[in-house]
Amino acid sequence: MNYIFNIGRYWIFMKQLLARPEKFSIYWKQFIRELDSFGYGSMGIITLTSVFMGAVITIQTVYNLVNPLVPLTAVGIVARDSIILEFSPTMMSLVLAGKIGSSIASEIGTMRVTEQIDAIEIMGINSATYLVLPKIFAAMFIFPFVVVISMFLGIFGGWMAGTMAGVITSEVYIRGIQDSFVPYNVVFALIKTITFAYIITTVSSYYGYYTQGGALEVGRSSTKAVVYSSILILIFDYLLTQLLLT
Amino acid sequence: MIEVKNISKSFNSRVILENISLQFEKGKANLVIGGSGSGKTVLMKCMVGLLEVDQGEIIYDGKNFSSLSFKERKPFRQDIGMLFQGGALFDSLNVERNVMFPLNMFTTMTLEEKTERVNFCLKRVNLDNVNKLMPSEISGGMKKRVAIARAIAPNPKYLFCDEPNSGLDPKTSIVIDNLIKEITEEYNITTIVNTHDMNSVIEIGDKIVFLNGGKKEWEGTADDILKADHKGLNDFIFASKLAKALKKQI
Repeated sequence: MNYIFNIGRYWIFMKQLLARPEKFSIYWKQFIRELDSFGYGSMGIITLTSVFMGAVITIQTVYNLVNPLVPLTAVGIVARDSIILEFSPTMMSLVLAGKIGSSIASEIGTMRVTEQIDAIEIMGINSATYLVLPKIFAAMFIFPFVVVISMFLGIFGGWMAGTMAGVITSEVYIRGIQDSFVPYNVVFALIKTITFAYIITTVSSYYGYYTQGGALEVGRSSTKAVVYSSILILIFDYLLTQLLLT
Repeated sequence: MIEVKNISKSFNSRVILENISLQFEKGKANLVIGGSGSGKTVLMKCMVGLLEVDQGEIIYDGKNFSSLSFKERKPFRQDIGMLFQGGALFDSLNVERNVMFPLNMFTTMTLEEKTERVNFCLKRVNLDNVNKLMPSEISGGMKKRVAIARAIAPNPKYLFCDEPNSGLDPKTSIVIDNLIKEITEEYNITTIVNTHDMNSVIEIGDKIVFLNGGKKEWEGTADDILKADHKGLNDFIFASKLAKALKKQI
């Protein structure tokens, strides 16, 4: 029953977001601030995760590639496709759900329990639109850039680990990542990323917005935001893969 | 003037407000007093539209607020200033930006005009050189004063204050009380203050309403309250030893 209640309230919340902004210039400033926070603010964790992810994929692929009939360029192909199709869009979105999702839920949740949202409402401002809409647009705009950077960094991490460990030469790896490249895979990854950006921001905002109580409940909302965003990312990952790749 | 006509409010089956009718006059500090859980905050939230009433009407200067839709309430809300219990300043904005917030949202003033208005409001609440400080860097009393400055920045017709003295020392409480009283008279606005601070009642209460268990049990002035023959009210205002001693003197 609780799930049905939350799903219903989530859609009512989504409808509430679709109000005309009171003043476009204010929303624009909010949008720019969120772009900075979501994009530049996430680069550290994205760089670290992507480089190590690419490195591990490359070394594990070499380790598992025991058939002498399969050329070593397959390592580059596997690393590239794994990173582009799955690891960068999905793994990075899961990482961002943890970082940004918890931050959104705790920020909005704290505003709720300290009556800051009530203060916005009193002034005649649609608090949901004001607080959440710039976050949704900013995430849907900046996440694809973040994921593209993650793809490059992942592939770079694979090259670095492979050549440094001496399991593959630079030339073979580069030939591999250029071989049978399908540009649609990048489009598919970006569609997934935009969907995940929407999920992370709306689900986290929803849990933050409906927080009731005090600090303990803000923490709970933050945890729920990350858990449900991650579950939905995995479900939609499967659905979109089924829909767009088969 | 704000009129509350026969309003009731329940949460699930718990009755919080029961058939309350009140009138709050313009240019006066109207105080709503009562113990914790008596329904003061719910009444205030219903009046400003943060909660919907189950029945009854809330009338602002002859216009029925409770029957309006969210969109229709917008112009009304811009006439309402509210001071929340904790101040409710926006953590991410400095003092100046907090006070400027309603001006940014609803006026076409230039930055210079807005800054001038912000400085005027901050000066009015006796705050200087705090413009660039963040809410976390100022004291509780200063937060309340910044919140008052933010509430009066757009020239409201109605000012609501929910427990303005909670968490403040007696001296700062008097400063806040006097400020509310002065602003009410100076701008001729309708002010409603929720409080259980008896100093406020005596100092600034032009009209006082006593709520108990969600019902209006008494109303009168600061002079009447000390002589009132109402058990619930007397139990409430003379609860402390100090108040009891004062009563004996009266």
